Order: sequence, then C-alpha cells, then structure tokens
Amino acid sequence: MPNFYPSWFLIPAGVLFLVFFAIPTFASFYFSLTRWTLFDVEFIGFDNFVQFFAEEQLVTSFVNTFIYGAVTSVAKVVFGMALGLLLSSQLVGRGYLRSVIFFPVLVSTIGIGLTFKVLLDPFDGVVNATLSVLGIEGPGWLIDPSIALLTVAAIDVWKGIGIATLIYIAGIVAIPQEYVEAARVDGAGSWAIFRSLTFPLLWPATGTVIILSLIGGLRSFDLIWATTRGGPGFTSDVIGSVIYKQYQAGFYGLSTAGNVVLFVVVSAIMIPLYIFINRRSVES
Amino acid sequence: MKAIAARRWIVGLLAIVVSAIVFLVPFAFIILTAAKSAPEASQLQFSWPTEWMLWENIATVLSTRNGLVIRAFVNSAVLTVVSVAVTVVLAAMVGYVVQRRHSRWNQVVNVFILAGLIVPPAVVPTIWVLQGLGLFKTLPGLILIEATFGLAFCILLFRAFVATIPRELDEAAMLDGAGPIRLFFQVILPLLRPVVVTVIVIQSVAVFNDFAGPLYFLPGDDNATVQLTLYNFQSQSVNQYNLLFADILLITIPPLVLYIFFNRQIVAGMTSGAVKG
Repeated sequence: MPNFYPSWFLIPAGVLFLVFFAIPTFASFYFSLTRWTLFDVEFIGFDNFVQFFAEEQLVTSFVNTFIYGAVTSVAKVVFGMALGLLLSSQLVGRGYLRSVIFFPVLVSTIGIGLTFKVLLDPFDGVVNATLSVLGIEGPGWLIDPSIALLTVAAIDVWKGIGIATLIYIAGIVAIPQEYVEAARVDGAGSWAIFRSLTFPLLWPATGTVIILSLIGGLRSFDLIWATTRGGPGFTSDVIGSVIYKQYQAGFYGLSTAGNVVLFVVVSAIMIPLYIFINRRSVES
Repeated sequence: MKAIAARRWIVGLLAIVVSAIVFLVPFAFIILTAAKSAPEASQLQFSWPTEWMLWENIATVLSTRNGLVIRAFVNSAVLTVVSVAVTVVLAAMVGYVVQRRHSRWNQVVNVFILAGLIVPPAVVPTIWVLQGLGLFKTLPGLILIEATFGLAFCILLFRAFVATIPRELDEAAMLDGAGPIRLFFQVILPLLRPVVVTVIVIQSVAVFNDFAGPLYFLPGDDNATVQLTLYNFQSQSVNQYNLLFADILLITIPPLVLYIFFNRQIVAGMTSGAVKG
C-alpha cells in the first residue's frame, strides 16, 4: 500500500525556499558582519551596525521606516473602515465605487509613483494648479523635506486602500443582522452600535488590515524610489531604500546590515502583533 | 422612508463625485498626457490634447531603442507565465499534503510560511547565491526567485481550499487503483480550479508589477522587464512626458484586462483571511 500523501511533495517547494530564501537569510547574518565587495570578504564584527546607528542618514531611514509603517497602517484602518461601512450600506453606484477604489491596487507601483510625481509637481502640477485657483498656495509635496515622507505615505494609502476596504466589507457582511436589530430594539443609536457592536466584531478584519499594511509599509521601497528616491537629501529614506543605495555604492556588507536591521524590526513588530491579534480574535 | 431613499441618493452621488476626482482623475491624466505632443505634455496640465496623438506616441514608445519595450513585454510575459506556473504547481502540492496528512513536517512548513510572509528577502546574499549557481542576471534566475517569493501566500490559499474537498474522493480514487501522483494531478488538482484561478490572477499581477526583483536580480537593458523600462524611461528622457505616460498606459492595460475578466477571483483572494482572522 503506497503512501497516498507522499512527503516528497514538499521537496520541490522546500528546495526553492531553502536555496533562494532561507540560505540568503541565514547568510545575511554573517555578511552583515563583514566588509564585502564583489571580490573579497573581510570580517569586521559589528562595525556595520555601529555605522548604521551613528550616521545621521542611516538613523533617519530607521526612524522613517517606523513613521511610514505606522502612518500608512493607521490611515488604511481609518479610511478602510469608513469606506467599508459606506460601501456596505445601501448606496447608489455601489458596484462602481468598489471597482474604482480597488483598481489602483492592481496598477504598477512605479507607474503610480511617476504619475503622482507629475501631478504633485510644486509649480506646474495639477494639484497645486487647482489649489491656486482656489486661492491656496500648495506645498512642495515631494520636495519639501518636512512633508515628503508623508506625501509618499499618502500615495501609498491611495494605492492600497482598496484592499483594506474590501477586507472590511467582507467583515461587515459577516456580522449577523440580528445583532444590529436587537441592539436597535434595545434603543442603541448608530454611534453606540458602531462602538460596542460593529467595531469589536470587526476586530479580525482590523487585525488583517494592520498586519498587511505593516508588512507592506515597513518593507516599502518601490513607491519611495519612484517618487523621491529618498530625497530631498535623505529626508524620506527608509531602510528599504538605504539597502538599495548602499548596494549601488558597492557597500555590500553595509547593505546587508540594513537587511538584518529590517529583519529585526519587522520580526520584533510582527511576531508579537500577530500573537496579540490572534488572541484578541479568539476572545471576541 | 422617503428621507432614507433621498439620503441614499445624496450620499451615493456625493461619493461618486469625490471618487471620480480622487481616483479617476489620475488615470484620465495618464491617458490625456499619453495623447499629447511632447511640448504640450511638458506643461503637465490636465487638459484635452489639441491634437490627439495617442497611437503615434505608443508607436514611438514601442519602436525606440530597437524595440526595447516590446522585448521587455516579452520578457515580462515569460517571467510571469513561467514563474506563476511553477508557484501554482509547487504550492498546490504542499497545501494538499499538509492539509491531508499530519506529520512533524507540518510545523516546519508553518514556520516557513510565516517567515515567507513577513521576512524581507536578504537582497545581496540572494545575489551571492544566484551568482554561485550561475543564474545572476538571467531570466531563469529571476523566474525561480519570483516563484519562491510567491510560495508562502499561495500555500495558505491552497491549504484552506483543499480542506473543502472530501477525503472520500481520495479513498475512491485509491480503490480504483490510482497512485499518489495520478490522485493528485488527475483528481485533486482539477477540483482546485477555483482557487487555482485566484492564485494565478493574483500572482500574475504581483509578478508583472514587481519592480525590486528585476532591479536587483536582472539589471541591464538587454533583458529588462516592463517595470524597469518605465523607470529607465523616466531617468533618460525628462522632457518626453507624453512617451513616459504612453508607457505607463501600456503597462496598465494587462492588469486592467485581468481585472475586467477576473474581478470576482481577485476579490476572493485578496480578502481571504479577513473573516476567519
């Protein structure tokens, strides 16, 4: 009698995963401790990490990564939930609205980044031209060091809000209507229903949105590279763009140290969050 | 009742107007700019082209630099089709065995899935591995990379779907004398069709739109993918916004076509996990 669920079915995927993912990840811990060029490797201990937390540019990228991840995931939760509630109510043009909000998710990040770079041009761009007609002087969205990172985060939210909205719609549809009706019979107003019924029952959806946005936000590179390239100066650099810049400059060891820092940041945030969110979901 | 109906209309119409400004204007801007002449496009205005030159611009984009963009489309198509095919078959095999049989390997697979979902790939060490295998700067190398990066998410989808296929089917096939390979490829895989379609569509969009992968692992103009042509276009020809946006338009068409035909599957895949948490 042959085994009908053979373990060797796991082997092809396992080999790919091992060779192209696990080995590079483990190797990165070693290479991050080296001065590494194309031709030779020299062990230098923790110098790369010391440099990472000493140079202002690299520290900025470290802090920006957290800001970017936090801003995009909070915004996606808030707008995603609002749009989800709006689009699961009885509304004219609901199907059209869902399609339009979702479509940017599928469009190339680079294409969207370049489009917004032109739309947000401080002098001739459509956005600031429109604002000036209204008598408002628009800021230098992507060239003002104090707001460039937030502008990129806003574009990120624009592109990704469709997924958050869909996840919330799926969550809202799954809430039994009897609960809402029972609460209404008991005299609860709309706000009370939202606060003590809808919001807690949407916790699994909120957890999914937070996890997805953080995974994307902390690792983000494409959109930043297409819009600001970390500029002006290095004010909108994140760890992802530093990894690329150091790689381009030939500092492979430092680039890999950036990878390890990102690995630690992502794991330190995601693993506790994952456990916390799963526990909350089970309770509610 | 009348008040509620009126509110439905007012809120709905308001939402339609706002969504048109926020979501449709950028896409309209892409099309309009792609249809302008170079000097007119460089004014960056949201206006109707004085002369409609969309086809000329697209033809120019396709023919510049000995058809670089056409070659890039071929490269992207090969990359997407082959890597997605590999991901689908391998992920389905893992999802199936892991769901059907409880062994000590399942824990290992779970750890791999979680790691694959959250851990950012280590870029330069991956290049080092590719170089060791002689696959750096080759299309097959990038195909294997993209296939690997897609595995974790796809295994999750397959595992969840295999759970809905009754085991009695396996047993019936076994009694009829099918071996494990025939059982999987001729009985189970056809039944997985709905989730296979979802996985194919979502993975295709992800691979086709991927920028960091080709940037790191397949640099150079000879075998550029479409995302790289976009990026290079922008660095080289600052004043030819009409051509840049014609290129953006071309690259937006494949996902748009997929969206029109596979709307339901895309939504199903993207929201999986929302309810169960």
